[in-house]
Amino acid sequence: MTFVRPARRVLIAAASLSALLVAAACGGGGSSTPAASGSGSAAGADLTKQGPIEVWQGKDTSGNFPKLIAQFNAQHPQGKVTFHELPDSADQQRQQMIQNTQIKNPQMGVLSVDVVWTAEFAAKGYVEALPADQFPTDTFLKATTDSATYFNKLYAYPSTSDGGLLYYRKDLLDKYSLKPPTTFDEMKAACQKIKAGENDSKLECFAGQYNKYEGLTVNFAEAVNGAGGVIVGDDGKPNVATPEATKGLQTLADWFKDGTIPKGAITWQEEQGRQAFQNGTLIFHRNWGYVYNLANKTDGSSKIAGKFDVAPLPGISGSTGVSSLGGHNYALAKNAENKGTAIDFIKFMSSPEVQKSNTLATSNSPTIASLYTDPELVKKFPFMPIQLKSIETAKPRPKAVEYGDVTLAIQDAAYGALQGQTAPDAALQSLQTKLQSLIK
Amino acid sequence: MATATAQPQSISTVGNDGHKHKKNALSDGQGRLAWILLAPTLIVIIVVAGIPVLLSIRESFFTANAGVDPNTGMVASGESFSGLGNFSAIFSGMDNVGGNFGTMGRFWNAFLNTTGFTLICVVLETILGVAMALIMSKAFRGRGIVRAGILVPWAIPTIVSALMWKLIFDEAGVMNRILGQQILWLADSGAGFLAVIIADVWKTAPFIGLLTLAGLQTIPGEVYEAAKVDGASAIQQFVRITLPMVKPTLVVAVLFRTLDTLRMFDLPYGMIGPGKYHVETLSIFAYQEATQQRYGPAAAYAIILFIYVLLIAFIFVKLLGADVIGDGAPKKSKKKKSEGIDPDGEKSAIAAISTMGGAH
Repeated sequence: MTFVRPARRVLIAAASLSALLVAAACGGGGSSTPAASGSGSAAGADLTKQGPIEVWQGKDTSGNFPKLIAQFNAQHPQGKVTFHELPDSADQQRQQMIQNTQIKNPQMGVLSVDVVWTAEFAAKGYVEALPADQFPTDTFLKATTDSATYFNKLYAYPSTSDGGLLYYRKDLLDKYSLKPPTTFDEMKAACQKIKAGENDSKLECFAGQYNKYEGLTVNFAEAVNGAGGVIVGDDGKPNVATPEATKGLQTLADWFKDGTIPKGAITWQEEQGRQAFQNGTLIFHRNWGYVYNLANKTDGSSKIAGKFDVAPLPGISGSTGVSSLGGHNYALAKNAENKGTAIDFIKFMSSPEVQKSNTLATSNSPTIASLYTDPELVKKFPFMPIQLKSIETAKPRPKAVEYGDVTLAIQDAAYGALQGQTAPDAALQSLQTKLQSLIK
Repeated sequence: MATATAQPQSISTVGNDGHKHKKNALSDGQGRLAWILLAPTLIVIIVVAGIPVLLSIRESFFTANAGVDPNTGMVASGESFSGLGNFSAIFSGMDNVGGNFGTMGRFWNAFLNTTGFTLICVVLETILGVAMALIMSKAFRGRGIVRAGILVPWAIPTIVSALMWKLIFDEAGVMNRILGQQILWLADSGAGFLAVIIADVWKTAPFIGLLTLAGLQTIPGEVYEAAKVDGASAIQQFVRITLPMVKPTLVVAVLFRTLDTLRMFDLPYGMIGPGKYHVETLSIFAYQEATQQRYGPAAAYAIILFIYVLLIAFIFVKLLGADVIGDGAPKKSKKKKSEGIDPDGEKSAIAAISTMGGAH
């Protein structure tokens, strides 16, 4: 019988070791130190100290960012900047920034902060408020400085902005002598006319981003705002259970039901929609500015190069749509050792020359109003004037310290309604209850 | 590890039979040596597993301070002790979500998803894995290619296979083309649950196959020859000879898969995405809470998963242990047979596991 026992012991040992590893792996976050001091007061912070710093920013696909850093370092010998490249995913960028704040990483100097993180990073004291006398905001678009402001203090300096655009098939609209739609009703009518004439079963009408992720929050907010509703009112209180907001969500849900929005779009993020539009299967498509250059590529990746144009987003009630504001701002990390260099770099990155070079290289929209009429930029990106309009009228997504919970609550409500599982008014009613407990 | 635990056992029996002083000298010297040899491993286990687990348990009794100052907009910092608050919050039913099993608290939804995935996946994997092992153990031309082919899914990192299946299950992807209809596999729906099961079974059935194959190869050919002479059919051979003899190995493989599936994370997360309640497992939920910097509740959920896994493992070992020791009446005849073969089966299973290395 003795042979049985070692084997059993191995089993027990293996089992408990496996179980142990589970807890160790899952509890990883638990061992982190408590949140950094949230007092946020800049008193005593030395904003002049020069020395090497790191810029923490997401993946640079253009190759332009290292050039800008080299340019800065050449002009700025007393404090060198290095690029700390973060992953592509916004969630992972946010997480690494938070973790390195908690371990008080002194090298982390400048953070490239998504507009929706401003409230959280400011309230939890991850970033330092920027001194108003050193950071004038009068040249920037108002929407972009709003996105960097929390409780009347500027916590970040706008570097790039973004607004939603309506991409449409100019060739098809011209063929049926239609104008770009300004409302959803016009869009649907245009689709019906084109589809009847083209007799192409693969041709779909319209799509945005409806997968359950941040893009859904953006598209839901645009539908609600475009119908005259709000998610969070001007007083900072949630007010989403209104007939206007219901109409916005109802319209999207109806369009899913009757196939005006293809059924598969419930799994789409930006890229799937762009693929469909580039393959010529979508007449109208809501996406960001980056699509323009990609859809115009003549290397065969786009079947519609030269056959499309952009227009402002259509409204649901009323004549124009309202975009959700996107973009990134540069913020000064709380625990940065050499804050002087960090401040110099933030100013450098937001200067008109650098923004222009960055826009030319990446097609990210600038935050300085005058750049939208810059001849060189407009020549390369003819949609700049429309983009300007989109950003000027754009609404920010709700400013919330626990933005992660807020956006998930919004996605829960919208996703259920779009799938036809819940009625839009009931979904918004429960969203209102949830938001009231999250935003105080 | 097998030899380390086995040796003192045999030494002590020898010692009881033999001389007293000899036993002492032997065990003392070896005991110290054993400790010295095991020390590096123990230190590593304590540092990478022991301490984090203890810290996690401590963290699970704390809650981060919340509340925004209405004048400055600043959030209170630090954490305070909340006793079992994080655990009792699970039962409060505040955060209802809709998943595969109706509307319920997010924790329970994740708990049922985890259990559901484990039950369905492990059963399917065991059936497929045994079938694979039977094929791989047969001698035929091209056996090498078949073996390599079956093992390919296991060699692919889970997150890579998650992205691969994501492409396959895309609404305009290969799977829908083959089926000729549009199923939204990647949506937050029952289809997503199914998609994860398919991908998981594809990936890990070879693991069970490989371990079972190791068990199969220890069965001597004479047993089958004798069965053939006695006129046993193929099914009888499988049920009466192959299955009982491969059982010790198979049991270890199934246990490992069960424990592994209970903490499933990367497949649903990479393929379907976060915040999708139809495929949210306990690991994903705990991770999501940690991302929201609610480390206390996150740790509490991880601890519950830890206890759950431990419990299942314990039940497994207890049940199997009872089985291995023997069953009442036909004890004698069975014992004779198993005495000769079982150790080999177990050893081979252990050897196979240690060679697998990256099982978890």
